Amino acid sequence: MSEKVLMKGNEALAEAAIMAGCRHYFGYPITPQTEVAAYLAKRMPQIGGTFLQAESEIAAINMVIGVASAGKRVMTSSSSPGISLKSEGLSYLAGCDLPALVINVQRGGPGLGGIQPSQSDYFHATRGAGHGDFHMLVLAPSSVQEMASLVFKGFDLADKYRMTTMILADGTIGQMMEPVSLDMGEVREYDKPWAVTGTRGERKHNIVNSLSLLPEELEQWNIKRYERYAQIEKTETMYESFMADDADIVVVAFGVAARVARNAILAAREKGIKAGLIRPITLWPFPKAALKEAAKHAKAFVSVELSMGQMIEDVELAIRCSRPVLLCSRVGGMIPTPEEVLAKIEEADKTGGAE
Amino acid sequence: MIVFDRPHALADVKLHYCPGCTHGIVHRLVAQAIDELGIEGRTVGIAPVGCSVFAYNYFNCDMVEAAHGRAPAVATGVKRANPDNIVFTYQGDGDLAAIGTAETVHSAARGENITVIFVNNAIYGMTGGQMAPTTLPGQVTQTSPYGRKVESVGYPVRVCELLSNVTGAAYLERVAVNNVKNVRAAAAAIKKAFRYQMEGKGFSLIEVLSTCPTNWGLTPDKALAWLEENMIPYYPLGVYKDKFAEEGKQA
Repeated sequence: MSEKVLMKGNEALAEAAIMAGCRHYFGYPITPQTEVAAYLAKRMPQIGGTFLQAESEIAAINMVIGVASAGKRVMTSSSSPGISLKSEGLSYLAGCDLPALVINVQRGGPGLGGIQPSQSDYFHATRGAGHGDFHMLVLAPSSVQEMASLVFKGFDLADKYRMTTMILADGTIGQMMEPVSLDMGEVREYDKPWAVTGTRGERKHNIVNSLSLLPEELEQWNIKRYERYAQIEKTETMYESFMADDADIVVVAFGVAARVARNAILAAREKGIKAGLIRPITLWPFPKAALKEAAKHAKAFVSVELSMGQMIEDVELAIRCSRPVLLCSRVGGMIPTPEEVLAKIEEADKTGGAE
Repeated sequence: MIVFDRPHALADVKLHYCPGCTHGIVHRLVAQAIDELGIEGRTVGIAPVGCSVFAYNYFNCDMVEAAHGRAPAVATGVKRANPDNIVFTYQGDGDLAAIGTAETVHSAARGENITVIFVNNAIYGMTGGQMAPTTLPGQVTQTSPYGRKVESVGYPVRVCELLSNVTGAAYLERVAVNNVKNVRAAAAAIKKAFRYQMEGKGFSLIEVLSTCPTNWGLTPDKALAWLEENMIPYYPLGVYKDKFAEEGKQA
C-alpha cells in the first residue's frame, strides 16, 4: 500500500490532482512549473479528462471559474508573473464562493524577475491575491510527498469551504525528485446544489455571481465569508514542530527554507544552542497559536525566507512583537545556506535578538 | 389562435434597461430560441459586465456572471465540464471587442462549441457613454467629445469580418434589431446559432446591431433611424461565415 515511487515534485502534484478527481486543467506555459502541464497533457487524455492550453493566464483562470461553476474539480498552475495575471480571477473565485486549486511554483520577482526559486509571493498569497476582502487557503509543501498530499487535501478543503486553495510551492520542491507514496485515501464527495449544470426543469435557476449593488447585502456576503474564515482558522491550521518544544531560539520557515533550517537547527543543537523549528504548512491560516505558545519559552525568533522579509510580519503579529524576530533571507533565486541560518541562530542566541 | 406571450426562458421580472434600448428585444430573441429548441433545462448562460450585467436575473436557465471580457473563457470551462450543456455568452462591444478580444478570438480559434450573442451599440452604455471599440469615426461620446478621430485613436473593430478569417469559427452573422424585418432575421440567426451548438458544429457568433438612445442622446425612434443610416453602412448585415451552409441548403 505505502509503496513509494521516485517522482519530481511537479509531477507528484499533478498525479495527486488526478487521484483527487480533478479532470480539468487549464494553464499557460511558464518556467518553472512546465512539468505540471507536460505531465497533465499526457495524462488527461488517457483518462477522459481535459487538458487545455489557454491563450493567457487570464483566460486559464476564467476557464477554471467555468468548470468550478459547473461543480467539478479543476486546477491551474503557474509561476509568479502568471499568478499576477490570474489575480482578477482569484478575486472572482472568492466573490462567487467557488472551489478551485491553484498552484504557484514561485520564482524570483518583481517583474519578469528570474526563473530560480523564491518565496516572494507570500504577501500575494496570504494578503493581496486580488481586489476585495478575501482569503485563499494557502498550503506550503516542503517535500515531494507534500506536493502530492497537500494537493489531495487542498481539493478537499476547497470543496468543503467553497474556496480557492493555493499551493504555494517553489522551484526547488517542484524540480527535486524524492520517493513519494501516492496512497492518498478516499476522495470525499461534496454536494454542490449551487452548481450550474442546467435546471433540467426541476429547480429554479442557479446563479453564480459576485455582484450586488445593495451595500447592505454585499456587506452581509462579506461578513458571512469571514465567519467561515474564522472557523477555518480554528480547525484547519497546520504546522510541523521540530525540536521546538524547549527551544530558546525558534526558527520559522516553510517550503525549501524549512529544509535548510532543519540542518542549521541540528548544527546549533550540537553547539549547545537550544534551537527548534516551527514550519507552517498552512500559510493562511497562519499557525498563530503555536507561535504564541513558543514565545512563552523562546527568547528570540528567526524567520528564514526566500524574500526580503514577508512572513516575518506574520511571525511578529502572531507573538504580538513580544520577542525579537530576526530575518535570515536570500532573494532573487538565491537560497540561504545552513551556515547562514546557523549564523543567524547564533546571533539571536548571543544577543537575545537585541539589535 | 395565435398568442403572443413571454417566452418561458425569459424571467417574469422588470428589466432595468433604459426606455427604447434594444437589449430587451435581443433578450427576447435568445429566450425564444431556447424555448423553440426546448433546451432551457440544459442551457447555461454567461452574463458580461456592461449594461447587460444583470442578464443573469433575466433568463430562467442557469447563469454565471463573468468578469469583464472573460465570458468566452468561462463558457469554455462550463462547456468542457458538461459538454451536454448548451452554453451561450451575452456580451456587449466593450466586453467582447476591447477587454475581451483575446478570449473572443481564441474561443473562436479553438472552435469552442458555444454560442456568442454580441450586442454592438457602438458605445459603453453602463458607464455613461464612453467611446467603444465599435464607436464610429466621428461619433461623439463622453471620451471622444470632438468625435472619434481615427488619426489618433484608430478605427472601429469589425468583429464578424475579423473572425471570418479564423478557421475555427463555424458560423458568424451580423443582424440588427431596428425594424421588424431585421428582428425576424435576427431571431432566425440566433436560433440557428443555438442549433449549430446542439449539433456540435462549433463556435457561433451573432452580432446584433443595437441602439443606445440614452447615450447617443436620441429618442428611441431617432436612434433606430441612426442605426439604419450610420451603423449598417459601416457594419453591413449578413452571413460572414457558415461552414455548414451547403449542408443547410440540402436540408
